[in-house]
Amino acid sequence: MWSNFPLAPPSASNFAPEYDFIFYTLLALTILFTLIVGIAVTVFTIRYRRGTKVDRSRPIYEDLRLELTWTIIPLILGLIMFFFGARLFIHMKTPPPDAQEIFVIGKQWMWHAQHANGVRENNTLHVPVGRPVKLTMISQDVIHAFYIPAFRVQYHVVPGRYTQMWFTATKAGVYHLFCGMYCGTQHSEMGGKVVAMDPKDWANWIANGGNTVPPMTMEQAGHRLYNRLSCNNCHGAESNLRAPSLYGIYNSKRSFANGGAAIADDTYIRESILRPHNRLTQGYGPTMPAYEGQLSEEDVLNLIAYIRNIGGMANPATPSPTNMQNVPVQSARTNGQNPLSYGAMQFDNPSSDPTPTNRTTNPSVGAIAAEDRGDR
Amino acid sequence: MSATALHPSELPEQPSEPKNYLNVAHTIKSWLLTGDHKRIAILYLFSTGFFFFLGGLAAAVIRYELTSPAGVVLESETYNRVFSAHGIIMVFLFLVVVIPATLGNFLIPLMVGARDLAFPRLNLLSWYLYMAGGTIVLAGMIWGGIDTGWTFYTPYSSMYSNTNVSLVIVGIFLGGFSSITTGINFIVTVHKMRAPGMTWFRLPLFVWSMYATSVVIILGTPVIAITLLLVVFERTFKLPIFSPELGGDPVLFQHLFWFYSHPAVYIMILPAFGVQSELIANFARKRIFGYHFVAFSSIAIAGLGFLVWGHHMFISSQSMYQGVVFSLISFLVAVPSAVKVFNWTATLYKGNIRLQSPMLYALSFIGLFTVGGLTGLFLGSMGTDVHLTNTYFIVAHFHYVMVGGTVTAFLGGLHYWWPKMTGRIYNDGWAKINALIVFMGFNLTFFPQFIAGFLGMPRRYHYYYLMPEVQAYHIMSSAGASFLALGLILPVFYLGASLKNGAKASANPWGAHGLEWETTSPPPTFNFVETPVVTDEVYDFDPVSEYEQERATQEMVHPGTPGLLTKDGELKTGDRE
Repeated sequence: MWSNFPLAPPSASNFAPEYDFIFYTLLALTILFTLIVGIAVTVFTIRYRRGTKVDRSRPIYEDLRLELTWTIIPLILGLIMFFFGARLFIHMKTPPPDAQEIFVIGKQWMWHAQHANGVRENNTLHVPVGRPVKLTMISQDVIHAFYIPAFRVQYHVVPGRYTQMWFTATKAGVYHLFCGMYCGTQHSEMGGKVVAMDPKDWANWIANGGNTVPPMTMEQAGHRLYNRLSCNNCHGAESNLRAPSLYGIYNSKRSFANGGAAIADDTYIRESILRPHNRLTQGYGPTMPAYEGQLSEEDVLNLIAYIRNIGGMANPATPSPTNMQNVPVQSARTNGQNPLSYGAMQFDNPSSDPTPTNRTTNPSVGAIAAEDRGDR
Repeated sequence: MSATALHPSELPEQPSEPKNYLNVAHTIKSWLLTGDHKRIAILYLFSTGFFFFLGGLAAAVIRYELTSPAGVVLESETYNRVFSAHGIIMVFLFLVVVIPATLGNFLIPLMVGARDLAFPRLNLLSWYLYMAGGTIVLAGMIWGGIDTGWTFYTPYSSMYSNTNVSLVIVGIFLGGFSSITTGINFIVTVHKMRAPGMTWFRLPLFVWSMYATSVVIILGTPVIAITLLLVVFERTFKLPIFSPELGGDPVLFQHLFWFYSHPAVYIMILPAFGVQSELIANFARKRIFGYHFVAFSSIAIAGLGFLVWGHHMFISSQSMYQGVVFSLISFLVAVPSAVKVFNWTATLYKGNIRLQSPMLYALSFIGLFTVGGLTGLFLGSMGTDVHLTNTYFIVAHFHYVMVGGTVTAFLGGLHYWWPKMTGRIYNDGWAKINALIVFMGFNLTFFPQFIAGFLGMPRRYHYYYLMPEVQAYHIMSSAGASFLALGLILPVFYLGASLKNGAKASANPWGAHGLEWETTSPPPTFNFVETPVVTDEVYDFDPVSEYEQERATQEMVHPGTPGLLTKDGELKTGDRE
């Protein structure tokens, strides 16, 4: 039950220990003075309430020593706390020269981060642990505030000028990212997460164009899906009793159980995956499950990309009119040269979102709204 | 009873019921055209009460909506309008106005021994300006609404908000002149109209704090008025002032805004300090400890209060060095507030304390204001402010000061001076229970918000599904708000009932000290039959002899019985000599 009542945010940056030290010192002083005043008020009120028989003689009405005491002691304590607070703030405003620079753009109602090598991300910020990171920030419309509670850092993001903040993440993990400054209708949804990663993981992440695993070609993705759905149980290298082989099927002529015939182009393959019983290949029964509603169009495209060249039997001689032109040339893993032509704006698997909800967190909502604003 | 019969001397004698400011005339016209500061105070009491009710309604909707991380009934557009309405109504139409315009208006002439304020018609004008401003603000909220929050930060307010910002600002602009005229009236009255013998250091501390408040009002309010008007100019005529798109500077707005709005915090809390000093002195039956320090701390706060506005802007991109100076002065301004708290506490020592309902409000004020003031240090310290600003921590902090301070003091003052204002005694038992309800409901509402804020829950968030872990605190807060609402509604009933059934109040039902208690309850139109001459010091109580007197009275009532009457009327037999 107590897990419903967290008392402190995680401490995950170089500032957090110093911050917490000052915070808890102030908290102790607050409790101390509240207790002093509270106890004095309670004791006096009970002791000197009307009708109690206590010594009320020689009351004091003014006492310079007492006044100076309770002027000077709070003043000195205050100045000490001022010093520590100001020192921390100056530290927060002085990024080390070797800090990794990341650029942040705020707009109604999303955060947009751009890494030096061109990797971009929305409502998410990936940073390495143990390395100072400097954010240079600007707003495209109104004032926002970039706020990471776990790092104890926050700074306004202002239109028309660059502001900066820096931190060094000290603990790997996923932390809240908020907009602290009220910025309009969807202010409360302008947030996401900060992912602090082991420096090695972060280096991989940035090299992979903003993805934790190297990006796959469509063909590779299709192959993986083909195996995962166990298509290969029936559609093997050879035709068998249950199913025809798909090797070399692309652009070949198919004749159907109900008498028709067609070229196996993209449209035909898509239909045969989603609604296989419509045009059964001659000689086979309706045994294949229909995948309609179970696969996204993206999945189907990936499968088609794999099936085109399944078993290395591509048939490029007769490209169909709908032939896809953008089969990737090389994966980033194999050439390592230009990982940034794709993979930008990648998101991690949405199911790993730390705070799943019933509301959409799709940043494109904010992006569209921001574009609407653009004509002002 | 004719509408023109404003002068009691012109009326036939009615020995059964002496004429007072309430029964001197009964027509609506006699109220709407009155120059009597007491009647204007009553007009203000009703109108500020009305706006407080509207602002409270908005608060109730906010608290209901926040019980779930994904909202309950509202869309974000509506939610933003509701929280903006709450802030704008509470700050500009309630907190800034309430104590000066109701208690100040009613009491300052009485306390200094004058027949009225210096400029009675200006006083009436201020009420009309307030009502006109308030009506325009409400009209703006109904037609188009406003979603900028009470801070109107540019360029959102000047270029991006599609709501009726301009109309609301015009209303606030007008209402500002109401504050200015009231401030001028108070300053002139205190300077020029004190009764013979009423020296500056015989003034009740309430008058001192109202004087300090008035100075802040007339220096600060013109700045906010013109700043907000500039926002309207930029919205309407695209005059390039704040928006970078047009070549302006958005942070300039914050400097101008907080140059007024930080002193405005003191406009809201200084009158509460004054009420507090009256309550503590009169219910502890003792001259306030360190009268001069309490009086001058008000002036120090009023002066230093103009030099700390930048502590609202540590992370706004103002210069770091500027921030250091503002932070330093903020720690300095905390000291006079602490001095006041210590002096109130010390006043209780060797007092003869009556625990009636106004005193319960005063004692809870000490506790709540101490917490509110000390948590301000977290925000005045630059480093800690970075993480806490814009979160619920700051929401909790200023509600401890504004609600725990100003509203509690106003309730205490209202209970204290109610017999003077209405001539009736209310049921003190209900009032005491209510003081407890307010104290507990308040703490349950706002204490959890400190923790939610430290966890990083940003303020002005409609949805918090990005951090559902704070939901428990939001639910506690909403539950507390229901209690608090009860504590704010109950007085309407038991105070209202006193008008019908309450016993008639004597001139001085509390046995308090001060010129306002030397005239009848309620006072006649011109306050005093003869101009009072002040010969004794302020808060001239003597707890020792008072105790002796009470003991003697008790001996007469129960001769031969040892012991004393306690405050509840029970005999304490243990107190033998």
